Amino acid sequence: MSAFATASQPLIGAEGLTVNRPGTSEPVLRDVDFRIDPGEIVTVVGPNGSGKSSLIRALLGHMALAGGKVARRPSLRIGYVPQRVQIDTAIPMTVRRFLSLPRRVPDAAAAAALQRTGVPGLERRQLSQLSGGQFQRVLLARALLCEPHLLVLDEPTQGLDQPGIVAFYRLLEEVRRETGAAVLMVSHDLLVVMRSSDRVICLNGHVCCQGSPEDVSAAPEYRALFGTEGQDMLALYRHRHDHDHDQTGACLPGHGHDHGRDHHNHTPLRVQG
Amino acid sequence: MLDDFFTRALLAGLGLSLVVGPLGSFVVWRRMAYFGDSTAHAAILGVALALAFDVSIYAGTLAVAVVMACTVSALVSRGQAMDTMLGVLSHSALAFGVVAISFVPGARSDLSGYLFGDILAVGRGDLLLIWTGALLVLGLLCLRWQRLVASSLNEELAMAAGIDPRVERMILALALAVVVALAIRVVGSLLISAMLIVPAAAARGLTRSPEWMAALAAAIAALSVTGGLYASLHVDTPAGPSIVSAAAVAFVLSQALRRG
Repeated sequence: MSAFATASQPLIGAEGLTVNRPGTSEPVLRDVDFRIDPGEIVTVVGPNGSGKSSLIRALLGHMALAGGKVARRPSLRIGYVPQRVQIDTAIPMTVRRFLSLPRRVPDAAAAAALQRTGVPGLERRQLSQLSGGQFQRVLLARALLCEPHLLVLDEPTQGLDQPGIVAFYRLLEEVRRETGAAVLMVSHDLLVVMRSSDRVICLNGHVCCQGSPEDVSAAPEYRALFGTEGQDMLALYRHRHDHDHDQTGACLPGHGHDHGRDHHNHTPLRVQG
Repeated sequence: MLDDFFTRALLAGLGLSLVVGPLGSFVVWRRMAYFGDSTAHAAILGVALALAFDVSIYAGTLAVAVVMACTVSALVSRGQAMDTMLGVLSHSALAFGVVAISFVPGARSDLSGYLFGDILAVGRGDLLLIWTGALLVLGLLCLRWQRLVASSLNEELAMAAGIDPRVERMILALALAVVVALAIRVVGSLLISAMLIVPAAAARGLTRSPEWMAALAAAIAALSVTGGLYASLHVDTPAGPSIVSAAAVAFVLSQALRRG
């Protein structure tokens, strides 16, 4: 794995990626360039219908390309965490059985994966009886079983409350630290994204802007897309501990042309504990 | 032993139970109830064609059921508004089938046998076909079990593990077509999907894993066949509907057990 991590080739790279809405010739994504390197946490944000999930699917090879190319490193192991809402609970299934689907794993490996994601001893519980947070952790445990080089998560915190979201992203950072796996995720949780990503890609049919969380949240394209919500997040992100400003960001200027003023004084906030 | 019509009926029903349990579980998991309906109703059209062209009923129903299953799964993967579309297909197939049978001389009187089954008329040849077909489908399901369950749970997860959910969908559609063709003599076109859904639904609340649900569904189907046939013999009720009624009773009992 260390040889894997030091090579300069990206884990997944894409050039000129174009994807059509299934069954049509109408593009959901146009001309997207993308790369993710070993150990990186990259988050894709964007409004509904902006092609976030299509990007993930195309990168994973689950969707036909209408143009461009995707290169995955040979023998790249990917741990995938789908949207929780799409798991069908009509099937009676224990956590233990789920971890062995479709590849059977030994009991010890299953127990270790659950331990690592903070839900030890859940083996005999039914999937339908898990809380939202537990379910996410079980999905993550399952993704870790193949010892992935890359974790791919599609809106992993949907349906979690704020403390649950924060705890889940902290767990992701821990996993990245322990395993060195890169993380690619789609998220709506702007605040937490800003806190825990190395790089943010803002998507709306094409790449609007990308870069460090700070750069992206200052970009006019990002502000145009996320409007006041984005600015509130930006305010929280920068000023959580700054008593001169209102936490809602109300005292930030509405148009964002003088945001540069704050840039020099604040480093990105990392919440501890 | 096979000389007795009742024994043959019982064996035919038990052979069918073996496969409707696991396959019916997939129908419940994937919410394919309407899918089962339209394939089964199309079988009546197959009967009409088989009678008109003087080929085996099994061949006719199998051919039409396969065409219907492929049509429906193609529609499903294109993401059409399924509920309405399947309703249209299912009932049209049934109506056209019954109309078509009325054109075949002498077949009109047998109509209820095709609609509700005629299990007491099962012969040795039928028995051989039913058991062979059931074991083949069961074998296929066992062989691909992990893949089928994974793609029923979540297609994206399955794809991430290198499984093509379209292949699994097609396999289930074909398995369904075969089972419809096998079941037409036993419970008839109208009640085939009941045999798929009711035992599996009864097993759903009582089990904790997909494997146990499939096995228990098969056991409940077998009990229903046995119970229904004995009721039919002693109270002189129609066999196919009696079997489904027994399954429905099992479902109610399972709901009570689940609560208790």
